[in-house]
Amino acid sequence: MQMNGAQMVCEALVAEGVKTVFGYPGGAIMNVYDAIYKQDGFEHILNRHEQASVHAADGYARASGEVGVAMVTSGPGFTNAVTGLATAYMDSIPLVVISGQVPQILLGTDGFQEIDAIGISRPCTKHNYLVRDIAELPRILKEAFHIARTGRPGPVLVDIPKDITAEMGEFVYPESVDLPSYMTTPKVESSAIESAVEAILKAKKPLIYIGGGAVLSNASEAIRAFVELSQIPAVETLMALGVMGAENPLRLGMLGMHGNYASNMAMSETDLIISLGARFDDRVTGKLSEFAQYAKVIHVDIDPANISKLVAVDYPIVGDVKEAVEMLVNGLRGKVQTKQYDDWREILARYDALYPQSFEDSDEIIKPQWVIERLGETLGEEAIVTSDVGQHQMWAAQHYPFDRPRQWINSGGLGTMGFGLPAALGAKKAFPNKTVINVTGDGSILMNVQELVTASEYKIPVINVILNNHFLGMVRQWQTFFYEERYSETDLTFQPNFKALAEACHGIGYDVTTKEEFDMALKDAIEQDKVAFINIQVARFENVLPMVPANAALNNMMLPKIANPAKGEK
Amino acid sequence: MNEVRRVISIVVENESSVLSRVAGLFAGRGYNIETLTVAPIPNSQRSRISIATKGDERTISQITKQLNKLIPVYEVVEHNEMVEKEMVLVKFPLSEPLADIEVLCEAYNGTIVNVGVDMCIGMVADEPCRIKHFIEASARFNPIEIVRGGVVAIER
Repeated sequence: MQMNGAQMVCEALVAEGVKTVFGYPGGAIMNVYDAIYKQDGFEHILNRHEQASVHAADGYARASGEVGVAMVTSGPGFTNAVTGLATAYMDSIPLVVISGQVPQILLGTDGFQEIDAIGISRPCTKHNYLVRDIAELPRILKEAFHIARTGRPGPVLVDIPKDITAEMGEFVYPESVDLPSYMTTPKVESSAIESAVEAILKAKKPLIYIGGGAVLSNASEAIRAFVELSQIPAVETLMALGVMGAENPLRLGMLGMHGNYASNMAMSETDLIISLGARFDDRVTGKLSEFAQYAKVIHVDIDPANISKLVAVDYPIVGDVKEAVEMLVNGLRGKVQTKQYDDWREILARYDALYPQSFEDSDEIIKPQWVIERLGETLGEEAIVTSDVGQHQMWAAQHYPFDRPRQWINSGGLGTMGFGLPAALGAKKAFPNKTVINVTGDGSILMNVQELVTASEYKIPVINVILNNHFLGMVRQWQTFFYEERYSETDLTFQPNFKALAEACHGIGYDVTTKEEFDMALKDAIEQDKVAFINIQVARFENVLPMVPANAALNNMMLPKIANPAKGEK
Repeated sequence: MNEVRRVISIVVENESSVLSRVAGLFAGRGYNIETLTVAPIPNSQRSRISIATKGDERTISQITKQLNKLIPVYEVVEHNEMVEKEMVLVKFPLSEPLADIEVLCEAYNGTIVNVGVDMCIGMVADEPCRIKHFIEASARFNPIEIVRGGVVAIER
């Protein structure tokens, strides 16, 4: 069928089953927006900043498991989108971002709004394309979606010059891709599984270490069955919260820089790490040379480059986490004795009793941890929780009882402030009937606050819970501990009237200073069904604990004062 | 950290951005490029990039794994069983003894390829360490200019 390049873009999106596109028009992408105007195959959400468009597509992808789609113009439109691409790239999130480019005749001439999008995005995309011929466009769009969602997922950029979107051509959307140089998912080798099973049976203190790959591969059920069968305790990274379920008796908690005591001690003392879709990030390992010194390592990863990148691996298993775990379960069935690791679990239970994840509550001032626990009690499994980056993010990770994967959406690898609100919009578009809470701070929220307008216009009622301590809290915490309390440029005492700001953007705002006010505000915000700011004055100098100082060994934790030695004695 | 020198041979799709993807990967991840050559593979849509690099075993292994992840990369060959050759062109002033220069070039399997009014050009193609020795030995003839090519390699 004959059509122009702009219509081809729309047709391809429909063929890929895209329901929602997040974007922002501009000169070089106008042909596509003209085609969008004439179609009704998908909805377009006009964000108020291109960075937010990509984060929204990212939130949509993380919540649903589908490929998220964003559309931007050339030059500044594209450069604004780069943080979004990098955020998705670091967490392996499948996105297709379509950017306009100046007409080919102007390419390389420093034309108006021209920038080398392919060059800039190369290190923060899984792959990228500059379309040079209308005949290639259908194939490239097909490949972009294929590459984004298969193997280790990631963002793909398709940069389309304006003359291509205007040009007429024959549109036949390919049914399959022909990419001989692209390896998707290697098949798990059964010999690798056999060696791993033997190692598990021999181990005395095995530990399952679950990462974000378990979420991406939808391996939650398989992992829960693995844990149930083997009775091996498990820790989760920031990106894996929800895979085990908060109530799972074999879940020790989150490990790493702000992991709980039992999890970090387990990692320090284990004799066999069973890594499932995790990549031994520096925020998890602490000082690498002292990391898990007694452990052999089984490493399941879809990306061969992650194997032995940081930690030497004894039993590499390359492939899909879900497939590998199901094979491990089959290999262990009938062989593993559930009593085998009783002593190990007993030790870990004592560690947990000694320093449980806890905080000292107060009647005078709201503690940020209380807010998270209250949210958890009130909303539990029903809500999707997004976050920005900083103290509030760690408190949410530590204290919210995540019960299912894709319930917790945050920027882990890149650590992007300003991610939370637009990602919440994306998650809410994917699941309109779920309550979506963005846990944020008074620093982060201002980094994409314009999205309040988007939320109001499209009636996407997400609730922003601002843990307001008038500080860039996490940086302030480091300044307290490591910079002799020199609070260089972290004091945010001067700030907007958040309630009025929400109202100015046609949302609803609440100023909260007591627990009762918080309960009322949350209840009201859910009923009002409007985008909301719940601005909570919290204890200013509260720290995120435990904390492993940067480049200290994982078992070298700064702990909260209220340890409970009596419980530890048992 | 035991540094080793390796030649990595990369077969890629013959497309405009592929060299920047490969070179950018080296730059972005802090890998070292000693020499780099690219040329199309005859009768195909593919090109071969040969990169001489240095690093410890873990780094070399990471380089090959990361290269394999690039979409237009078909094949990455990295091992020490490679036949390697490198080329050098050296311009000498004709005030130096031409016969001596010719003998030197021949000792390194080379020859004089051009003689002008006041200069001559010697060419040598040999293993990289021999090229180094040739350049050292030619210093006594006061070379005006030395142009060294990158390594090309083929599996044994």
